[in-house]
Amino acid sequence: MADLRSEFLGIRSPNPFWLASAPPTDKAYNVNRAFEAGWGGAVWKTLGEDPPIVNVNGPRYSALHSNERRVIGFNNIELITDRPLKTNLDEIRQIKRDWPDRALVASVMLPMNEAVWKQYIPMIEDTGADAFELNFGCPHGMSERGMGAAVGQVPEYIQMATEWCKAAATVPVIVKLTPNVTNILPPAKAAQAGGADAVSLINTINSIMRVDYDTLTMFPSTDGMGTHGGYCGQAVKPIALNMVAEIARNAATRSLTISGIGGITDWRDAVDFLALGASNVQVCTAAMVYGFKIIDDLAEGLSAFLDSKGMRSVAELVGKAVPSVTDWQYLNLNHVSKAVINQDLCIKCGRCHIVCEDTSHQAITSQVNGQRHFEVIDNECVGCNLCVSVCPVDNCITMQAVTEGIDARTGKPIVKTKANWTTHPNNPMRKAD
Amino acid sequence: MNSKKAIDNIRAGRLDKVAIDKNFSDLHPPLSRSEALIAADRCYFCYDAPCTTACPTGIDIPGFIQKIRSDNLRGSAHTILRENIMGGMCARVCPTEILCEDACVRNTHEDQPVAIGLLQRYATDPILENRTPLFERAAPSGKRVAVVGAGPAGLSCAHRLAMLGHDVVIYSRDSKAGGLNEFGIAAYKTVDNFAQREVDYILSIGGIELRNNVALGTDLTLDELCEQYDAVFLGIGLGAVNELGITDEDLVGVENAIDYIAALRQATDKSTLPVARRVLVVGGGMTAIDIAVQSKRLGAEQVTIAYRRGPEEMGASKFEQQLAQTNGVSIRHWLTPTAIHEEDGEITVELTRTKQDAQGRVEMGDETEVLQVDMVFKAIGQRLVDNGLAGLKLQRGRILVDDTQATTRDRVWAGGDCVVGGEDLTVSAVQHGKVAAIAIDRRLRHG
Ligand SMILES: Cc1cc2nc3c(=O)[nH]c(=O)nc-3n(C[C@H](O)[C@H](O)[C@H](O)COP(=O)(O)OP(=O)(O)OC[C@H]3O[C@@H](n4cnc5c(N)ncnc54)[C@H](O)[C@@H]3O)c2cc1C
Ligand SMILES: Cc1cc2nc3c(=O)[nH]c(=O)nc-3n(C[C@H](O)[C@H](O)[C@H](O)COP(=O)(O)O)c2cc1C
Ligand code: SF4
Ligand code: SF4
Ligand code: SF4
Repeated sequence: MADLRSEFLGIRSPNPFWLASAPPTDKAYNVNRAFEAGWGGAVWKTLGEDPPIVNVNGPRYSALHSNERRVIGFNNIELITDRPLKTNLDEIRQIKRDWPDRALVASVMLPMNEAVWKQYIPMIEDTGADAFELNFGCPHGMSERGMGAAVGQVPEYIQMATEWCKAAATVPVIVKLTPNVTNILPPAKAAQAGGADAVSLINTINSIMRVDYDTLTMFPSTDGMGTHGGYCGQAVKPIALNMVAEIARNAATRSLTISGIGGITDWRDAVDFLALGASNVQVCTAAMVYGFKIIDDLAEGLSAFLDSKGMRSVAELVGKAVPSVTDWQYLNLNHVSKAVINQDLCIKCGRCHIVCEDTSHQAITSQVNGQRHFEVIDNECVGCNLCVSVCPVDNCITMQAVTEGIDARTGKPIVKTKANWTTHPNNPMRKAD
Repeated sequence: MNSKKAIDNIRAGRLDKVAIDKNFSDLHPPLSRSEALIAADRCYFCYDAPCTTACPTGIDIPGFIQKIRSDNLRGSAHTILRENIMGGMCARVCPTEILCEDACVRNTHEDQPVAIGLLQRYATDPILENRTPLFERAAPSGKRVAVVGAGPAGLSCAHRLAMLGHDVVIYSRDSKAGGLNEFGIAAYKTVDNFAQREVDYILSIGGIELRNNVALGTDLTLDELCEQYDAVFLGIGLGAVNELGITDEDLVGVENAIDYIAALRQATDKSTLPVARRVLVVGGGMTAIDIAVQSKRLGAEQVTIAYRRGPEEMGASKFEQQLAQTNGVSIRHWLTPTAIHEEDGEITVELTRTKQDAQGRVEMGDETEVLQVDMVFKAIGQRLVDNGLAGLKLQRGRILVDDTQATTRDRVWAGGDCVVGGEDLTVSAVQHGKVAAIAIDRRLRHG
């Protein structure tokens, strides 16, 4: 079995799976159970100034469900820890003592006032926590008070607060980024400029789940009123992956160590983050939806995957897919793929036909010789992948590269040389070959 | 028959009322909301869906299932009932395993179709329960149509005609409407007086007058109807029962399955029905299975079905055959009764082995065996009563119609079991009625 041991900024943990700062890490009781279950580390629920904040006494969470009531997306309006600082610090100290082999990171959120950072950071570090994570991400509540996402959306503030923390801390500092920005690079660069050792992302995304169909008020509500919350869970993974990959492939930010977060539910999600440049991963919603036991599949599945690839450690996987991410303009426009239907697997549901017929390129038959039969018409197929996406049978339709002969659709010969938009004749701004 | 033994061998109360009520409760209990949502989620929303093609009434199955997924049950029921006004009954009695569910693409995928029948029931039950009106009548056409027969064919035709703006009078020989839905279908398929609730729902559209206890051929003639009405639809089913064609088949203790089933369906307390200890059923269709299973569920100890061909040829579907077997009925193939005697209430049946000749016809073999029973049910099919059908051409004993259900007599249409091509299914009868109504409407409006 591949070795899952992980080192993140020199912090060791038996596997690369940490629990993200959130309710699962709110108390010693929970973290103890998590470590017993096998989690590699935990980022403690975000600490703040005393007196602690208060939470609403109504619904904090709500979910986007599949018809089978699987949670696909999750929303919350919870704030940072609502317990006194001392209670948290005592528990962090105890847990670190009881579980020396696990990573334990203190998440903090403090106001934009250097004196406060000077006062709190050493006090928190004294617990023995392995690192700090700066929560510049909470999109609700705390941001109204000039913290969380209100800091994370202003690169200058990120840099300033990171500098204050670095000055007061001796352990590594991870900056947790908010996805509620149009471009993730300026905040990442600001964290780097402020001296951050790593970034973690994403925190939650601004969201309203739905309305109540009876009362036509926002849902969920606290006494008839609601507020936008933070969105997370499986539905946000693609957004998180893009942001991770952007940081990992950009020259200015690629030296940053990354902790990947957002929608990780099974080991394949972890592979996505690791291959796109994250050195470890953090999980919140999946644990909140299924309990700590999911670590079994996460760890075992990842280990088996590494074995299947002949990799001996997680580090070998990190960043593997980053070189394959590029800008649209560099995609090879000479490449041609066509959909191919495996007739032995096809169950004849006709979905590929109707989507291609109604919304794409009329490239799939519904009948051949009077028989119900679904087959790609190469003359029409543009290789868009829509049919592959909707076919209910795994691997029944595949995209296959056409490597020689002519493209039946365009009538043009397939060429081996690559050519992209930067030199395309239709591009008014093309560069000479 | 008056002997002590006979009385003991055919008597009521073999099981107590509690046991019988349990035996005659819903064969397939309805889905709960969460079960329905999970079942609905399995539907792929196929294009030109094979299940719809396989449904004789052409219900847009992916369409109604999609509406279940979004909790739009009213819309879902409308999608069903606009094609098949007996969608509620069909959800209970259709042999889905040879119709829509057989065609479901999920079979290819994982050998388990979408539970279309149960979902159809889930969508339609609330509408019938609350009598939610879903259909309106078009502006009155001033035309009047006579419908003979108040079974699935007649009711379906009448409802569609009423919707299209015509006034309808239904004549029915029975004391209650519903046809075999009321008098024939197995009791555990349609519990809680569902057949009558459905009839009430259908009639609630208005414009339909129901006249029970009036029979074509005795109380009315086709000529009279053609004179008094703009069009006539015949949905009279099959009123007579096929005979075994052996001597002494009128013995006491030898009964038509259909008559016994009708009595069973009408009994308010089924524990009062006399049941034999040992029963022989002759036949291989739905009726044979139904009488066998229901006898068993009433407390008969030993029930045997004798069928003169093999399992593949049985009119009853695989599911129905299995139902009989799991209920403890023994099905014996390639066997037919050739003689029958009664002595002191005990019936002795001589059964002869049959085989198939080169042309696939049934041929008598040489072996015989003897079976002692207390009651024999004849379930070898029904036939049309050719009475009052003046001017109609028959073929193989049924009324000849074209693909619009028009008979050979002008302004007379027919459908359901009584026509050639009738499939002896509730759902096909409903479709015939609907198709005929549309043809009648076209004729009445455009000549
Ligand atoms: C025991 C049994 C079980 C069955 N089980 C199933 C099942 O599980 N699933 C399924 O799909 N199908 C089943 N069938 C078949 C199904 O019931 C019939 O195909 C269906 O009822 C046919 O409908 P219909 O309207 O043509 O005739 P019927 O339902 O027979 O209705 C005939 C109507 O015509 C009336 N009528 C008859 N003669 C006259 C006359 N001379 N004058 C006036 N009115 C007249 C009757 O009163 C009745 O109202 C079963 C049949 C039987 C016998
Ligand atoms: C109920 C809830 C509370 C959270 N509280 C915090 C928090 O206090 N501090 C923080 O940095 N992130 C917090 N988060 C964000 C998570 O740590 C994580 O970044 C986000 O949920 C995305 O990961 P996931 O899809 O695995 O849940 C919270 C998330 C949830 C669902
Ligand atoms: S790849 Fe796109 S264009 Fe080609 S068949 Fe599939 S849906 Fe149609
Ligand atoms: S979507 Fe897939 S299974 Fe369905 S018809 Fe197309 S190829 Fe076959
Ligand atoms: S064939 Fe099956 S999966 Fe397809 S639409 Fe019909 S019920 Fe749904």
